[in-house]
Amino acid sequence: MTPLLTAVALDGAGFHPAAWRERSVGVQDLFAPERIVSLTLRAETAGVDLVTLADSLGPAGSGPGEVTARLDALAVLARAAPVTERIGLVPTVTTTHTEPFHLQAAVATLDWVSAGRAGWQIQVSDTELEAQHIGRRTAADPSVLWAEATEVAEVSRLLWDSWEDDAEIRDLATGRFIDRDRLHYTDYVGSTFSVKGPSIVPRPPQGHPVTFVALTGPESLPTVAAAADVVLIDETDLDAAVAALATVGDAVRRRGRDTEQVRALIAVSVLLENDPGTARTRRERLDARSRRRTPLDHVGTVDSLLPLIERLAETGFDGVLLRPAVLDTDLPTITDDLLPRLRDSGLAGPNTPGPLTLRDRLGLPRPANHFATEHFAADHFAADRPAELRRGA
Amino acid sequence: MARKQLHLAAHFPGVNNTTVWSDPRSRSQIEFSSFRDLARTAEEGTFDFFFLAEGLRLREVHGQIHDLDVVGRPESITVLTALAAVTTHLGLAATVNATFNEPYELARRFASLDHLSGGRAAWNVVTSSDAFTGENFRRGGFLDHADRYTRASEFVSAARTLWDSWTDDDLIADRRSGRFAAEGAGRFSHRGQHFDIAGEFTVPRSPQGHPVVIQAGDSADGRDFAAAQADVIFTRHGTLEAGQAFYADVKSRLAAHGRTPDSLKIMPGVSVVVGDTDAEAEEKAAHIRSQQVSGATAIATAELLWGIDLSDRDPDGPLPLQDPVVGSGVVRGRVGFTDPVATVAQWREAAESHGWSLRQTVIAQQNRQSFIGSADTIARQLDSYVQADAADGYILVPHLTPGGLDDFVAKVVPLLRERGVFRSEYTGRTLRDHLQLPTPQGAASGAA
Ligand SMILES: Cc1cc2nc3c(=O)[nH]c(=O)nc-3n(C[C@H](O)[C@H](O)[C@H](O)COP(=O)(O)O)c2cc1C
Repeated sequence: MTPLLTAVALDGAGFHPAAWRERSVGVQDLFAPERIVSLTLRAETAGVDLVTLADSLGPAGSGPGEVTARLDALAVLARAAPVTERIGLVPTVTTTHTEPFHLQAAVATLDWVSAGRAGWQIQVSDTELEAQHIGRRTAADPSVLWAEATEVAEVSRLLWDSWEDDAEIRDLATGRFIDRDRLHYTDYVGSTFSVKGPSIVPRPPQGHPVTFVALTGPESLPTVAAAADVVLIDETDLDAAVAALATVGDAVRRRGRDTEQVRALIAVSVLLENDPGTARTRRERLDARSRRRTPLDHVGTVDSLLPLIERLAETGFDGVLLRPAVLDTDLPTITDDLLPRLRDSGLAGPNTPGPLTLRDRLGLPRPANHFATEHFAADHFAADRPAELRRGA
Repeated sequence: MARKQLHLAAHFPGVNNTTVWSDPRSRSQIEFSSFRDLARTAEEGTFDFFFLAEGLRLREVHGQIHDLDVVGRPESITVLTALAAVTTHLGLAATVNATFNEPYELARRFASLDHLSGGRAAWNVVTSSDAFTGENFRRGGFLDHADRYTRASEFVSAARTLWDSWTDDDLIADRRSGRFAAEGAGRFSHRGQHFDIAGEFTVPRSPQGHPVVIQAGDSADGRDFAAAQADVIFTRHGTLEAGQAFYADVKSRLAAHGRTPDSLKIMPGVSVVVGDTDAEAEEKAAHIRSQQVSGATAIATAELLWGIDLSDRDPDGPLPLQDPVVGSGVVRGRVGFTDPVATVAQWREAAESHGWSLRQTVIAQQNRQSFIGSADTIARQLDSYVQADAADGYILVPHLTPGGLDDFVAKVVPLLRERGVFRSEYTGRTLRDHLQLPTPQGAASGAA
């Protein structure tokens, strides 16, 4: 069996809405760069494959009793990039009210500053509040927004490819810095935007930074099928998770893609203590402080978490996205206790320096350049592009 | 009276022919190590800030991508956020366009940079709005040239409203009461000609309150915008006379906005060539100029001026005989000449009296090297220009990546320190501290 991938979500004070009220959390430092750097380094040292950071153009929590504030996720992980060496960095990036051209440039740049460790989790903005923040469009139906997100993913790949890897030639004889035949206009026409290209950023180290999409419901399934290198599945019960995985597999195959090229991670929220009673007590304390109920998949010991993870691996998941209930308490248990145990049991691979790019880590190949293949002109606007991606269709 | 203190900034070599990529010492324009190394040199020299330019469409000549200069660069805010990890005091300035962005998203990105750098963020607000660039964006070339500064000004006002939507005290984070933020923290609304937005800003007040605002643009509208909104102006007026005229003009516009002259710093972009002696510096400078203007670059520059296809001309032959064609659109995505007819006349006269070829004329006329000499000569000149109110400091534009400021920092900076006009160590923490700018006062909680 291939080793299980491990990912950790580094959001706010932790996954539980009341996490910030725990004594172990330095609340005044929640937005200090030192905090995110030390969390990311802790995860990297323990051999975690990647970290994720959620984002939106609206508040993080709901109401004054929760951590409503947050910084731009891509910026936060860019701040961590130069001080880490091998961990993948995956911020959420929203596609609804933003400019595709700017997004792809920022994601490509995260890949440059991390030397090939960037991913991005595509997300849509479907609330009226977010729409009012930008003031250009009204809130729309999620299925429409996800169709647009698919287009944003598509144009981003084209813009990353708009520079061939060897476009910079520095040819002294002719005085040319680039070979412009190896730069390409994208001439992309989507349903709500068009982009001429080329990108202003040369092709990033991974070719394409890794695209993550969460299966948040039927609306995001077409985007998962069309664009995801990694799909995130978030189900509290095992049968539902297995069913979701099958649905994704079908959709990916129907889209004509190879399921071997798509990794599936299952989100597991964890609150870990040495004995079940202490875990329950801590959970009750947290729940008493938050009116909002969140599912916590695992409240208990590392011992009892191991069989759950083993079952998830057996059912076909490539890895787990661990969401610590309280980062300052539960991340150390994950790194110091859970990960060594996963290794001892042969579920996770050894903590060696390992591959340096995120694609290598995920076992995904560096993609060929769409424009560098002979037939790009023929298939760029080919009839088999889904109808919803053609203007006016 | 105490001597004025200089402010200095390091411009990362840009995508134009000031940057010499053909030199064996020239390294990557895209890899992070180049940015890190130049930033560290600037920080060793206790510079005020590090500066990145922006271009949102690759430049074209005859409908083809211009291939003679450096092409391509990373996205500025992301690079600067990463640089915050490998520097401790240096200000971090990104050029970002106000036409093809929206206030909520951009204010959020700059406030995030300010948090993640401990108060070192700056935004150079530029206004290009041409349809050529617009082809990369949702709204295309939607904005009239005449509206570029009304939008930019309203954009900055809206951004300030967002930055003020959290006061210093709004982050309560009281574990016992369970109150994370003050009631109404982040609540905002802005209604104007260009933006109609309201809601909740999600970034708590950043260390500087407002990131430093820089302006680069020369028209009367641009100068008024700077007088109303900017903390720093990046200008091309680097000579003594032009600098003094620009300085007097812009500072005189401040009173109308209730501002004092020292609340706006004027920093021309200049190139410096340091030699062991003045004569050696002149030799070095001549060599750099010939590297900057290859035969192909001379032709491309002439096309920018004449506005016609000159691709079959010999750069080592005479100047073209035709009259310039104004507004031909042969060259796009580049800053053009303001008065081509007058410039061509001036070039003809210079070429005739010196017997220059086209390339020699371009080299002489395009000379952007403002300070050439021994370290002592340069330190004296920079100091005297600043004392004579031609500038408050300079943005240095090196020709080599990333080593282009090594000589300046090793040789000129110590002399400026000896003269008592430049800091020997950072005394403040934020970029506002370095620039001696006041910290903006926050608005009341929940102001809407
Ligand atoms: C010194 C200087 C540097 C500039 N740098 C940039 C830049 O990096 N990116 C950009 O889009 N525009 C840049 N500009 C263009 C200006 O922001 C502005 O859009 C242009 O000069 C038109 O404004 P104006 O009519 O007031 O001159 C620069 C202008 C000056 C004077």
